[in-house]
Amino acid sequence: MSTIVVEVMPKAELLDPAGKAVAGALARLGKTEFSAVRIGKRFELTVEGEVTEAVLADAQRLADDMLSNSVIEDVVRVYVLEKPVLEGTGSAA
Amino acid sequence: MKIGVVTFPGSLDDRDAQRAVRRAGGEAVALWHGDHDLRGVDAIVLPGGFSYGDYLRCGAIAARSPIMSEVISAANSGMPVLGICNGFQILVEAHLLPGGLIRNNHGDFVCRDQRLRVENASTAWTSGFEVGQEITIPLKNAEGGFIVDAETLKRIEGEGQVAFRYLDLNPNGSLDDIAGLTNAAGNVVGLMPHPEHATEPGFGPDTPDAMRSGTDGLTFFTSVLEGALARA
Repeated sequence: MSTIVVEVMPKAELLDPAGKAVAGALARLGKTEFSAVRIGKRFELTVEGEVTEAVLADAQRLADDMLSNSVIEDVVRVYVLEKPVLEGTGSAA
Repeated sequence: MKIGVVTFPGSLDDRDAQRAVRRAGGEAVALWHGDHDLRGVDAIVLPGGFSYGDYLRCGAIAARSPIMSEVISAANSGMPVLGICNGFQILVEAHLLPGGLIRNNHGDFVCRDQRLRVENASTAWTSGFEVGQEITIPLKNAEGGFIVDAETLKRIEGEGQVAFRYLDLNPNGSLDDIAGLTNAAGNVVGLMPHPEHATEPGFGPDTPDAMRSGTDGLTFFTSVLEGALARA
């Protein structure tokens, strides 16, 4: 089993109210070294078997067409996870 | 005349939209997101709510549901389609209207009776208004900030595709105070405020005459019905 990761971020020029709220909370905690926070999305697409070039190309197309909206977001990266995510742990090994 | 109202998982205002259709004198037809059948309707309303829990992006998953392939091809053939709130988000995600809708710039959900100016009274859903007419209908959303790239904004402003603009205040940070849009043909209209909630005295926004007496939203539905009669 393989995992393709798609990373999507809100466009840099757009206000990110959620990130701004987190930045405000950090400031209240005294974490003044972090001047800004932006929140994006990470999709993990599980593939049974090997990730062929065709599958990766399909994921790239989906990233552009469905997983992101180019009016408001940018696809930052689409890549194959080197080590598959362990079932049930919710974290990369 | 039959007006279909599509119910998606998470639609909230489908029943209100059906009622608004009936109050305007039309026959409301319930349409189901999972079908490929428009059941012979003459116009379609995509109602408000939180389809698919706003997962992925507001309207993004609904825009790719089975019924939407029928809605998109009907819209491209000239059938009147109205998207209200989440329905507007679905129209944008389905590329029937330009731009995108993002989190309100102040970060909060907003619910208020919103004054609007009608900017385009030549669409299927606004022909009963006058250009420049000021109307009041409820607004309730958290992700109603309309954005679009500068070039498209210039085009839609220049070509009269801004159908409604917010008055008094901009409740969500929308560019150019844009509350609603039409496509170039005028058959597809989307807006964040809710006309279906201002169709019955006693349940609408307050007016100078009486509390909750506002029925400005009814004109959306009578417009499309009268337009169909005129064509018949």
